Amino acid sequence: MSLSAAETPAPDLTPGLTPAQQARRAHMGLLARARPDDLARGLAGLFPDLPAHSFLRAPEVGAVMVQGRTGATGAPFNLGEMTVTRCTLRLASGEVGHAHVQGRDKAHATRAALVDALMQTDAASDVQGMLDGLTASEATRRRARAARAAATKVEFFTLVRGEDQ
Amino acid sequence: MYVAVKGGERAIANAHAFLAEERRGDTAVAELTVPQIREQLKLAVNRVMAEGSLYDPDLAALAIKQARGDMIEAVFLIRAYRTTLPRLAASLPLESADMACIRRVSATFKDAPGGQVLGPTFDYTHRLLDFKLLAEGEAPLAAEAAPLAARTPHITGFLNRDGLIQDEPADNTTPPDLTREPLELPASRALRLQALARGDEGFILGLAYSTQRGYGRTHAFVGELRIGTVAVEMEIPELGFAVEIGEVEITECETVNQFKGSKTEPPQFTRGYGLVFGQSERKAIAMSLVDRALRWKELGEDFTGAPAQDEEFVLSHSDNIQATGFLEHIKLPHYVDFQAELELVRRLRSEAAAAREAAE
Repeated sequence: MSLSAAETPAPDLTPGLTPAQQARRAHMGLLARARPDDLARGLAGLFPDLPAHSFLRAPEVGAVMVQGRTGATGAPFNLGEMTVTRCTLRLASGEVGHAHVQGRDKAHATRAALVDALMQTDAASDVQGMLDGLTASEATRRRARAARAAATKVEFFTLVRGEDQ
Repeated sequence: MYVAVKGGERAIANAHAFLAEERRGDTAVAELTVPQIREQLKLAVNRVMAEGSLYDPDLAALAIKQARGDMIEAVFLIRAYRTTLPRLAASLPLESADMACIRRVSATFKDAPGGQVLGPTFDYTHRLLDFKLLAEGEAPLAAEAAPLAARTPHITGFLNRDGLIQDEPADNTTPPDLTREPLELPASRALRLQALARGDEGFILGLAYSTQRGYGRTHAFVGELRIGTVAVEMEIPELGFAVEIGEVEITECETVNQFKGSKTEPPQFTRGYGLVFGQSERKAIAMSLVDRALRWKELGEDFTGAPAQDEEFVLSHSDNIQATGFLEHIKLPHYVDFQAELELVRRLRSEAAAAREAAE
């Protein structure tokens, strides 16, 4: 049988989101995946002191049950939990920021929520510059991993046997 | 007559102090740090996360250090910790088709789209001790090549396109959760997969091996084995849409198994599925074999009495924390129970002796 299929496109997981929601989804994911040190350094570069804020929900460590799908495509099942820290805060200017980040780092969750709130303010373009830096360092990390994997791809070659000649 | 007594506080405290000193070992040797365990004993960390059923590499590394490398004790520590965490929510199901694969092999198709990517595997190593590792300061470098396509399609997807393999249609039912409700039999496949994913690697391996040796054979091929990272997404109620909350590394195995067909189904291949936190392909392959063996009823196969087909046997004994808890409790004081047994044996012996005397 032939397996020479065209590249299957990734399904659109975000149907019906507005461009603003798409952008918020993108930066919240980026913040959750960012190395805590990278985010701390980036934010400190823009705001030596954290912008004034009050917690609507103080950083809280909890567990999220991670689900898989039977046979990769079928019915969901519970694979196991992961640690997650969530935080909701309000800037002095009123904007509300949310964060749900992997792990137990409350300072990281607080910074992620701050950035989410700041992206709704006039500081958004400056903050976007920092986010671009996080995107670049994530892309570098991913490329390094993918490059090592690619080097282990098997190149098959066929041995010509005498009787076929 | 036995009178309950208290005691042992000083002995217990000193035993714990002795344990702590033994844990540290020879102080002339540098102390092991948690980041060292996380980075350099990664597969041990992965196993503790998988069987502890909590993805947190730092905590798993800490548990290994605290447990002095006793993996089941480390799993126990993680299980105990996770009960202290509030459950925030469930994630959306992982999309393993979007996995950033570092390893992806198929034993069924040489020319699978996406290729055979070996990744950081022990396969093809000679299993000879490498004495170079005794020397410190090694920092080996991996080779690099231009990255492959970002998305690696599943092999079973190609088979399914021709209808050659049983379909696995998506649905969005809420799966049962072993950590919330006690195990009920018969179990759904979702519940079985949860139990297998957190089950003891050695137990699942032994069961899977038994199917290969003929106890519930299912003729499995590894259609695909992949390791890599996937995003975890969760609905955020305040926002009304899902966002990524992190990434997990997982190992996924899909087996392709023989199936004769039935009155209603044309002959087609069937599937077994394994999914495990971290890099753990032995566990993932074993899980998929046991999953497939447990599906005998829905696929209209015969129950041959094989242990791997018996879901009550498999699910009741796969959890190493339950097992070790019950096993190890018998070393704790059972003075009163034993006293009762002792009294009984003495009475039976004296009755038997009396009966013998009366008969003589």
